[in-house]
Amino acid sequence: MLSVQLSKRRGDFTLDLAFTMPTGVIALFGRSGCGKSTAIALLAGLLSPDSARVQLDDDVLVDTARGIDVTTHRRRVGVVFQDARLFPHLDVRGNLGYGQKRAPRDLTRPIRFDDIVGLLGLESLLSRRPHELSGGEKQRVALGRALLAQPRLLLLDEPLASLDAARRAEVLPYLERLRDTFALPIVYVTHQFDEVLRLANRVVLLESGHVLVDGDIATVSRHRALRAIVGPDAVGAVVSGIVERVDAGGLVQLRIGDALLSAEFDGAVLGQRIQIQVLARDVIVATEPPRALSVRNVVAARVVSITPDVGRAVLVELDVGRAATLLARITERASQELALARDMQAWVLIKAVSLSGHVFNAPAR
Amino acid sequence: MLSAAESDALVLSLSIAARSVLFNLPLAVAVAWLLTRTRFAGRTVFDAFVHLPLVLPPVVVGYLLLVLFGIRGPIGGWLHELFGIQLAFTSTGAALATAVMSFPLVVRSIRISIDTLDRGLEDAARTLGAGPLDRFFSITLPLIAPGILAGAVTAFAAGLGEFGAVITFASNIPGETRTLPLALYTALQTPDGDSMAARLALISFCLGLAGLLVSEYLARGLRARLGR
Repeated sequence: MLSVQLSKRRGDFTLDLAFTMPTGVIALFGRSGCGKSTAIALLAGLLSPDSARVQLDDDVLVDTARGIDVTTHRRRVGVVFQDARLFPHLDVRGNLGYGQKRAPRDLTRPIRFDDIVGLLGLESLLSRRPHELSGGEKQRVALGRALLAQPRLLLLDEPLASLDAARRAEVLPYLERLRDTFALPIVYVTHQFDEVLRLANRVVLLESGHVLVDGDIATVSRHRALRAIVGPDAVGAVVSGIVERVDAGGLVQLRIGDALLSAEFDGAVLGQRIQIQVLARDVIVATEPPRALSVRNVVAARVVSITPDVGRAVLVELDVGRAATLLARITERASQELALARDMQAWVLIKAVSLSGHVFNAPAR
Repeated sequence: MLSAAESDALVLSLSIAARSVLFNLPLAVAVAWLLTRTRFAGRTVFDAFVHLPLVLPPVVVGYLLLVLFGIRGPIGGWLHELFGIQLAFTSTGAALATAVMSFPLVVRSIRISIDTLDRGLEDAARTLGAGPLDRFFSITLPLIAPGILAGAVTAFAAGLGEFGAVITFASNIPGETRTLPLALYTALQTPDGDSMAARLALISFCLGLAGLLVSEYLARGLRARLGR
């Protein structure tokens, strides 16, 4: 259990952040300059707060009211920085061992060197020097190095931000593995919502140092404040579901609320929990059951709300049963012609191909 | 090939320059650290003081050393009484004078490498459990090693040629403080000393060149290790 309350003033900027989380991944999400990295520096102890209380299980790391401030090198808070910060005078093995050598010896279940090397695929890199590594490899080594220091909390400060799309795609699966392997609270800072989607259980949306929303992905994905940050085309409800059928040819049937959705998802396992992002612009709304269409997914739904969106569009919230809610972005005129109204029966149409790349393994709860 | 007097001067020069570097390095690292990483009252004055030997005539430095470290000076007297150490007119004194003269060069070189060091690396080391001293020896020192080395080589090469401060503080005693430049000077004062002076000049020239080449070679090796 991690409970955090931080406050720090720097010039005109004030950071005020509070959250608690059991385990798993909490994402601090927001535009650059919203205070995410300041929060990381405060949590790591690299910056002094004006007032703060940070508690990890039974240990108080910081409590300005009681004059407690555990110094950084005794905090056991691992950090992976955007720029990896590998030590250039040590090879990969030396970098990985740096924190391990300095970690407490009396742990009951320490994170082991060989496990990390295996998990992060570092076998062939051990005798290389940092300048001989690609950006993605550097970040994997930085992750391993942080974990081997036996942290009680892991802070990831935009670990993928300096990588190109291909390298990001290379590192992301390792982050998922790491999340699912260790019962370690992780604070993940990013300005990319797709990373949040893939990795986080919880999201804290920050703007100018203040918390706008704090909740699970499904809630935050439909929140107005998020739309303002990611832009209309990236808006989409995130819903969780279960793989109910795996067809030959890569198509799977996903149970979302009362609905079954067809989607492409490689490596699906029957009964697996997944998360799916349905982009609002890809959702079509009908007021009569449509027939003879190529669209694979036609789902009965109930209109929950209709709110104006940017441009001449409205966002329609649609309940597909069992508290699963989708968003559709349609033109204002379409909404008027269909006479959409609250509680109206509707049908939601989603092309299966539009879901490709938007289905993810759900993080363990 | 070399006369006894010439080889004496050569060996003495090498030994005094080497000892001056040994005096210098630990203190220069500490001072460079103070000047780059700390803020204290009087820092600017301290900075200027460290750089004084660059602008003062070497003879003045030698004179000041004589006043301070002479056998009746405040520090020299104390050293003599307590430990029986005499610095003035000894080769150790010559090394001290040489060290004082090259000190600003070493500090400058180390300072630049501390300034250009990525402090993020030290922060990373902190989060990995390294305390201040540990961090200094495991991260900072290896990473500023090229700067320290460059400073050491420059100081060594400059130390081979230190004249004014040495002759003032340690005098010109054959086999004790008569280094290459002092021997060269003495040869020029002696009738028929021309060929000896020429040979000593040639030795100095070769030493200087060798020093530059060695420093370049070492710096390259270190840079390759760090991937720069």
